[in-house]
Amino acid sequence: MSAHERIDELVKNNDVVLFMKGSPLFPQCGFSSRAVAILDHLNVEYASVDVLQDMEIRQGIKDYSDWPTIPQLYVKGEFLGGSDIMMEMYEAGELQELVEQHGLAKAS
Amino acid sequence: MPMAAEDIEGMIKAAFPDAVVEITDLRGDGDHYAARVVSEAFRGMPRVKQHQAVYNALGGRMGGVLHALQLTTAVPE
Repeated sequence: MSAHERIDELVKNNDVVLFMKGSPLFPQCGFSSRAVAILDHLNVEYASVDVLQDMEIRQGIKDYSDWPTIPQLYVKGEFLGGSDIMMEMYEAGELQELVEQHGLAKAS
Repeated sequence: MPMAAEDIEGMIKAAFPDAVVEITDLRGDGDHYAARVVSEAFRGMPRVKQHQAVYNALGGRMGGVLHALQLTTAVPE
């Protein structure tokens, strides 16, 4: 399977997926850490992919999204952006709306 | 030496002549910047496209020599 196909599957099989450096528990970069903090704060169920563990995905996701940096967030198969856009959307209340609209919050 | 703030500003302004660009050197190390770009060109564009347009203006440096750039885009009020 090519990197493109693998990314395609990850994006389509997970409602929320974060491509990041490191893991949610141990982010390896400030921007990834910020993305994790936002998702945790929203209490969203999400999958994460550590691009540092997979060079093919690390380069592949940049081409796939036409986006030069990590982290990258996909929701319901759609590319939302990196940590700056996540922060802007969070501050504008748009991420909260998205979570509600798609019922993405963790079951309590 | 990564990239000087003036170079970043210059490249953005070359692509968006009307833009108001504010660059902040977050750590004073010439490597971690924040940029706020306000341009009429962004009107009606989704955020992802606005940021992609700025990254394109930086000609592939983003994610390379330009490691950290916190980006905010907006249209003039």
